[in-house]
Amino acid sequence: MSIPPSDWEVVIGLEVHVQLHTRAKVFASSPWGFGKEPNEQVDPVVLGLPGTLPVVNREAVEKSILFGLVVGASVPEHCSWDRKNYFYPDNPKNYQLTQKDFPVVVGGQVEIELPGASRNVMGEHKFIRIHHAHLEEDVGKLSHAGSGSLVDYNRAGVPLLEIVTEPDLRSSAEAEAFLRSLVAMLTQAGVADCDMEKGQLRCDCNVSIRRRGVEKLGTRTETKNLNSISSVRDTVIYETARQIRELEAGRSITQETRGWNAELARGYVLRDKEDAHDYRYFPDPDIPTLKISRETVARLAKLVPENLYDRQRRYVEKLGLPYTAASVLVNDRALAEWFELAVAAHPANPSGIANLVANDLLRDLAASAGTAGAFDESASAPVSLLSCPIKPAQLAGLVKLTDDGVISKQQAKEVFSEMFKSGQDAAVIVDAKGLRQNSDTGELEKIVQEVIADPAVAKSIAEYRAGNEKAINALKGPIMKRTQGKANPVLIDQLLRKFLG
Amino acid sequence: MADAPHALSAAELGRRLAAGTLTSRALCEALIARYQTVNETVGAFTYLDQADVLAQADASDARRKAGQGRGPLEGIPVAIKDNIAVKGQPLTCSSKMLAPLVSPYDSHVAERLRAAGAILYGRLNMDEFAMGSSTENSAIRKTFNPWDLARIPGGSSGGSAAALAAGLVPLSLGSDTGGSIRQPASHCGVVGLKPTYGLISRFGLVAFASSLDQIGPMARSIEDCELLLNALSSADARDMTCFGPSDRALTPAGDAKKLRIGIPKGFLGKGVAPEVAAAVNAAVEFYRAQGCAISEVELPSADLAVPTYYVVATAEASSNLGRYDGVRYGHRSASAGTPVEMMTASRSEGFGPEVKRRILLGTFVLSAGYADAYYVRALRARAKIRSEYLAALAGVDVLLTPTVPTPAFKVGEKASDPLQLYLEDIFTIPANLAGLPAISVPCGKSGHLPVGFHLVGAPLSEAKLLAAGRLFEAAHGFAHQQAAL
Repeated sequence: MSIPPSDWEVVIGLEVHVQLHTRAKVFASSPWGFGKEPNEQVDPVVLGLPGTLPVVNREAVEKSILFGLVVGASVPEHCSWDRKNYFYPDNPKNYQLTQKDFPVVVGGQVEIELPGASRNVMGEHKFIRIHHAHLEEDVGKLSHAGSGSLVDYNRAGVPLLEIVTEPDLRSSAEAEAFLRSLVAMLTQAGVADCDMEKGQLRCDCNVSIRRRGVEKLGTRTETKNLNSISSVRDTVIYETARQIRELEAGRSITQETRGWNAELARGYVLRDKEDAHDYRYFPDPDIPTLKISRETVARLAKLVPENLYDRQRRYVEKLGLPYTAASVLVNDRALAEWFELAVAAHPANPSGIANLVANDLLRDLAASAGTAGAFDESASAPVSLLSCPIKPAQLAGLVKLTDDGVISKQQAKEVFSEMFKSGQDAAVIVDAKGLRQNSDTGELEKIVQEVIADPAVAKSIAEYRAGNEKAINALKGPIMKRTQGKANPVLIDQLLRKFLG
Repeated sequence: MADAPHALSAAELGRRLAAGTLTSRALCEALIARYQTVNETVGAFTYLDQADVLAQADASDARRKAGQGRGPLEGIPVAIKDNIAVKGQPLTCSSKMLAPLVSPYDSHVAERLRAAGAILYGRLNMDEFAMGSSTENSAIRKTFNPWDLARIPGGSSGGSAAALAAGLVPLSLGSDTGGSIRQPASHCGVVGLKPTYGLISRFGLVAFASSLDQIGPMARSIEDCELLLNALSSADARDMTCFGPSDRALTPAGDAKKLRIGIPKGFLGKGVAPEVAAAVNAAVEFYRAQGCAISEVELPSADLAVPTYYVVATAEASSNLGRYDGVRYGHRSASAGTPVEMMTASRSEGFGPEVKRRILLGTFVLSAGYADAYYVRALRARAKIRSEYLAALAGVDVLLTPTVPTPAFKVGEKASDPLQLYLEDIFTIPANLAGLPAISVPCGKSGHLPVGFHLVGAPLSEAKLLAAGRLFEAAHGFAHQQAAL
C-alpha cells in the first residue's frame, strides 16, 4: 500500500449500482426481497417467457427521480429504455433493459466530507459531480455446482439505479467519503437501503493516473463489481500503486476491465479492450418513451429531506452543537428528527439534548438491540428508534429538570437509565426516587448559616478566607448530610460564597 | 351440406346457438369430425385437444342454459395461431426450439376470448416464429392451400387462413408483422384485418418484431371479422404500447358509399399478375359506381418499405429471439459443455434456416460500426414512410391496392429464393411500418386461386375499412367461400 509520490495524481470515477427500495421488480409485478428460496420471486415476465412484455414500475421511476432531486439534478421531460444485448445464462431475455440515451437523472452533485485531523475536527468538504443515473434491471445469479451450473432469478429484474460520477475523485479517501455520503443520502430519502451485505450496492471503479499539473487524463482501467466501501478504497490504493509502478518502469497502461479479489487484496485482468462486447444497443420497442410530468416532480420534491451537510451546518451554527455530536446525529435521519422533536419541546439547551442523544441514547439503544457498538458512521446499520422506550418530549423533560437545577447532571444520567428501562417521565422517576434537589433558598440559607457556625469547620473557613478556594468544599459535605444529599449544589455554592464573602 | 356447422358463419352459428337449435357441443363435435377428415390434407392445425374443446363446449352450453351467456361469441370456436399463448396449450411458434413448451399463462386475447365465452380451439400452423410468407418455414408440418393442395396458403398465418378456407373453424386469430394476416387471407380467399398498432394487446404474443407485430382477426366474412375484432380489443396494462379500443375504431363508419378511395400511383405496375390487376381494378370500378370518390395518390418512398422492413424487423427479431437459449425452457442441446456452449448449441439446433438468416441479418444491422448505416437509417426511412402515408390519408379515407402481387405459388417454388419471397409483402409492409390498420378482402379469382384487395386507413379507422369491405362483400359472392375438400 504505497502512498503515491506527490507528482502523480489519481483520477477516479465511480459507477454505483444501487437496488432501489420498491415493492415490485422494475418491469414486472413480482415482489422481491432478501432471503427467499431460489427462483421463488419470479413470474412469466421475470423469466422472459415467450410473449411476455415489460411494464415500467412507477415506484422505481419515482425513486430514481427522487434521487435526482436529492442531488440537485435536472429531471428530464422524458426518459426511455434501450436494450443491451448479450448472452449469459443469468440474463433471462439475453438482453438487459437499461437507459443509454435518455436516462432518468442528468447531472447533480454530492457533497462529501473528508476525515478531519481528529474525530472532533471537521474535515474538508468537496462536491462530486454526477454525470447521470439510469434505471435498469438487475440480473440473476449463476453458481456452479459439481459438473453443472445453477441459476437463481430472484435478483433478476430488481430495480437497479446506476449512478455515474464525473471523474472528480482524487484519492481513496475521497472515494470512501463519496460512498458514505451517497449511502446516507439514498437511505435518508428512502430511495434505497444500501445494505452491502445483501448486495444492494455494488460499484465499478475507474482509475487512471496523470502527472500533477497535466490536464489530459491517463488511460483508465475499470474494476468491476466491488461490493463494499472498503473494496473500493483498497482497489483505488492498489490500482494507483500498480499504474505508477507500470509507468515508472516505462510501460504503458492497458485499457482493460479488471476484477478484485478481496481475500487476496489484489486485482486481476478480466478482459482487455479488444474483447469488449458489442452490446448492439437499440431503443426498446416494448416501452414507449416515458413522459415525466412536472406535477410528479413537484410532488416528489416535497419528499426530499434536508441535505446531510446542510443539517450539520445548521446544528453547529444555529443550535450551537459541537461538531462531534452534530456529525453523529445527521448520519441517521430518524435520529436527527428525533433529536429535533426533543429540541422543539425544550429549545433552551440543544447541546444538552444532543449530548444525551448522541451518547447515552445511542449506547443504550445499541445495547438493547444486542448489537453494542453497531452504530457506525456509514449509516448502513442505523440503530432502530422504533423500539426506543423514551419519547423525544420525555428526554427534553429530563434536560429541562437538569437545566432548572431540580437534579444534577450526575443524577440525570441515573434518571436517563431508569427512563430507558421503564419509559416513565423523568419527573415521575425523580419523585419516586426522591431525587428532587432542595432549592428552597430560605431553608438552605438557614442550614448554611448553622453549618458555618459549627466550630468544626472554622479551620476550613479561615483557609478559604485566606485565599484557598478549594477549602470551601469541606463545608459542602455537612450541608449535604443535613439535607440527605438533596441540596442544590449550585445554590449551596452561591450561598456559601455570599455568607463567607 | 350448406347447413352443416362448418359451412356457416360465426354470426349465423351464434344466432342458432342463441335460438337453441344448435349446442356448442354439437358444433364442436361436427368441427372435430371435419378436423379428423380434412386436417391431414390441409395441415392447418398443429394441435387440437378434443377433450378440452368438448369440456369448454359443455361449460358454454351450461352457461347459456343458466342464462349466463357471455355474448355473441358464446360457444363459438376460435382457432389460434401457435404464437399466441393459451394456458395449458403448446406455444411452439412452429419451431423445434419451443416444441416442448406448454404455456403457463394466458395471453390477453385468450383471456378476452374466454371472457366472451368463445371456445379456444386448437393451435394453428405458421412459419417458424412468424418469419415467412408461405408457412413452409414451419418446423412441425406443411400447410397447403385448400383451393389447390399443391400450393402454399401464404404466411406466416398460413394455418389461420387455411383453417377458415377449409371449413375447419369459423374464426381464427393471426398475427401480422409485415403482412402475415393479410397475405394468407388473400391467398385463401378469406378476410384478414391487421388493426392499428396498439389497438390489441400484444401480451402473450410471441414477439417477432415488437414495433410491428399486431394480433388480428381472420374470418370468412366482414361481419365475422368485426365480431372477433370487438371481442379482442380492450385496454391492457400489461402492454405499454396498447391503448385499447376507441370509439372511432369500433363504431360504424357511416355511409361507405361516400368514402374517398386513394389509388397509390404505380402500385399496379409492380410485378402484379394481370388477373390480380384485373380483379383489383374491377373492385375500384365497383366503388366508383357506388359513388365513392376515387383519386390517385403519391407515395414516393413506398419503394423503401421492403428494405426498411427487413432492417427494422430483423434487428428487433435478433434481440427478441435472444431469450431462446435452452436455459429456462424450450429445446436444450444434449451436448454438454459450459453454460454458454450449451446455449450456442441449443440455438444452432433449435432454429430453422430462415430464422437463423434473419437473426444474423438483424445482428449485423445493429452491430457497432454498421448500426448508423443500416438500423438508424431504416428508422429514418420508416418515419418518412409513415409521414407520407399519414399525409395521403389526410386527403382520402382509404388506400386501395392488391394485397399480394400474384396468387398463391406452388409449394417449394420460391423456397430457394428468399428475396423473391420477401416481395410477397410489398403492399402489406407499409401498414406495419406506419402502424396503420389494413384489411384484405376477397375480390375474385385468378383461375381457381383467390385474390384479395387491400385497404389501408388512418390510425383507428378500422370501422371504415370494415364498412368498405362490407359494401363490396354484399354485392359479390366471395363471403363465406370455402374450398371444396
